[in-house]
Amino acid sequence: MDSVAQRLSAVGAGAALELRGVTRLFGALAALTDVTITVRPGERRAVLGSNGAGKTTLFNCITGDFAPSSGTIRFFGEDVTHFPPYERIRRGLRRTYQISALFPGLTVQDNVYLACRGVSRGRFSFLRPGQNDALMHAADNLVQAVHLSAVKDQRVAELAHGQQRQLEIALALAGAPRFVLFDEPAAGLSPTERAELIEILTSLPAHIGYIIIEHDMDVALRVVESVTMMHNGRVFKEGVPQEIQSDPEVQELYLGGGHE
Amino acid sequence: MSLTHDARLAVRPAAVAQRPVRTWPEINNPAAWIVAAILVVMPLVANGFFLIEIFATTLILGIMALSLMFLAGYGGMVSLMQLTIAGFSAYMVAVFGVSGNANISLGWPWWLAVPMALALATAFGTLGGALAVRTEGIYTIMITLAIGAAFYYFTNQNWAIFNGHTGINTVATPHFWGVNWRADIPFYYVVLAVAALCYFAVEYLSRAPFGLALQGVRDNPRRMAALGFNVNAHRVAAYAFASFIAALAGVLQVWNYRQISPGSVSVGACIDVLIIAVVGGITRPIGPFIGALIFVLLRTFALDFLVRLGLDGNRFRLLIGLGFLAIVFWSSDGVIGLWQRWRQGQRSRDGRQGEGRGHG
Repeated sequence: MDSVAQRLSAVGAGAALELRGVTRLFGALAALTDVTITVRPGERRAVLGSNGAGKTTLFNCITGDFAPSSGTIRFFGEDVTHFPPYERIRRGLRRTYQISALFPGLTVQDNVYLACRGVSRGRFSFLRPGQNDALMHAADNLVQAVHLSAVKDQRVAELAHGQQRQLEIALALAGAPRFVLFDEPAAGLSPTERAELIEILTSLPAHIGYIIIEHDMDVALRVVESVTMMHNGRVFKEGVPQEIQSDPEVQELYLGGGHE
Repeated sequence: MSLTHDARLAVRPAAVAQRPVRTWPEINNPAAWIVAAILVVMPLVANGFFLIEIFATTLILGIMALSLMFLAGYGGMVSLMQLTIAGFSAYMVAVFGVSGNANISLGWPWWLAVPMALALATAFGTLGGALAVRTEGIYTIMITLAIGAAFYYFTNQNWAIFNGHTGINTVATPHFWGVNWRADIPFYYVVLAVAALCYFAVEYLSRAPFGLALQGVRDNPRRMAALGFNVNAHRVAAYAFASFIAALAGVLQVWNYRQISPGSVSVGACIDVLIIAVVGGITRPIGPFIGALIFVLLRTFALDFLVRLGLDGNRFRLLIGLGFLAIVFWSSDGVIGLWQRWRQGQRSRDGRQGEGRGHG
C-alpha cells in the first residue's frame, strides 16, 4: 500500500471516504479481508471484480447495512463505523442497489419525494405537502432529470425495468449528496439507456464523488478516473483505468477470463 | 448545493403546474356525499335499536379496525392488540371515572378520566409497538397476540384494579349542557363525529410525509434506511398514532355498554378486529367500516336466519368464517377490492363501447 497516502489520510487530509482494515465475516467465510481504500472528495472510482469478490459487501459495510467485523470507516473525516445507515445517509452518503430497491406500491413522484424527505427535516410531519412545497419541486426536478416525468403518477410496480433503474438513481441523488455508491446501475439496460446513464453520471456536479460497481467496462471506464480491482474479498490492484486495463494480471483474472 | 440546482440536470419545471392537487378525494365523489348525508339524517328514520346496536356499534368496531388498517395497510404491521388497547382505554375510563364499583373507581369527572385513559392507552400501545417493531411478519402477530392474551388473563385475575372476571359495571356516561350524551341520538352523533374524525385523519395522513414514509417502510424498510429514515422510530410512531385511535374507540365502547369486563378483551374479540379489517379491506380507510357493518349485521341477524334454517343460532360465526374464507380466497384486498375491480370492469367496458380504447 502507498504509505504516503496512508499517512496523509491519517492526519485527516480530507478524504471523502476512508476504509481502514475493513473485514467482514459471514460465519467462517470472509467476504471482505483487510480492505483499505481512500477516496478523495469528488473522486469517481470503479470497483471491479468477479462475482463473489466482495464488491456489494463492501457497499453494505460502507452504508451500514452490515457492520464490519473489524476495521474503521470514516466519511469526510467522521468515524461512522458504528452509525446506523440513516445517520450516514443524512451526512451525504447515498447508494443504489444492484436489484432495484423501490417502493412498488407508491407512485414515481412519491418515491422521489420520500427520498427528498428522508434527508431533510419533517420526516414525521403530519401535514400534507402544499402546492409550493420545496421538496415537491425538488422531487419534480429530479424526476425530470432522470427522464421519468411522463410516468411520474404511475405506480412503480407498473414501470419497465429500465425506468426502474433510472428511478433507482434518482432516489440516490435526492437532497445534497456528497458521495454516491452505484451498485451495477447499468444492469439490464438497453444500449440507449446505457448512453443516458453515462450522461447522467458524467453530468453530476464535480463535488459529488462516487464509487461504481459495473461489469460493463464500456460504462465503467468512461465515467471514472480510478479503479480498484477486488479479488476474493481483498483489494487486488488500484490505479487509473488505462493501467488496470493493460495490467496482465487483471486481464488474466477478469478481462480475459471470459466473465459471464 | 443540491444536485437538482445543477443547470445541466435540472430541466425547466414545466410539469409542475399540472401536478394533481393533493386534496380530499372524497370531495369530488358523489357516492361519499350520499353516504355522509344518510349517516347524518339517520336518526330521523332509524329507531334506537338500529341507531345504537347496528350503526354506533359498527362505527366503534370500525374505528378499532381502522387502527389496525392503518398499521397493516400502510405500515405492513399486523397488530392483534388493537382491541386490547381499546379495552385498556375502556378500563381506564371506568377506573378513573365514576362507576358502580365505588371501591375501584376514583370518581374523576369524565373530562379528566377520558384524557387520562387516552394517554395511558396510547402509552400502553406504543410500548407494545416498541416491542413488536423488533420483529417482522408472523412474529409481530405473535407478540401482539401474546400482549392481548396476557392482558385478558391479567384482567381476569386482577381484582384490585380490574375487578376480576366480573369487570366494572354501571360506568357513568357524560351529562352536560343539559344533554344526556348516552341517550340514543346524541350518542349516535358523538360516535359518528369521532369515527369521521378518525377516518379523515387516517385518510389525510396517508398523503402526508409521515404516512407516505410509513408506506415506504411497508414496501422496503431497508431502502427507507438508505434514504435517511429511522425505520423503527417510524414504526413506533405509527403504533402510537394507531393506539390513540384504538383508545378513542375504547372510550366510546365503554360508554356504549356502560360496563367493561374481560369478555370484551378476549383473544377471540382481538381476532374479530382482524377479521373485520381483512373482510372490509386494508388498502383504504373505508374498508374497516364496511367490514364492521358486515360483521355487526351478521352477528345481529344471522341468529334468526340460522334458527329459521333449523340450525343453532350461535353458529353465526360459521357464516362469518365462511365469508372470511371467501374474501381471502377471491379478493385479498377485501370487499373494497371487489368493489374496485367491479368499477374498473364497468369503466373499461364503457371505454370500449365509447371510444374503442381500453384504459388510459
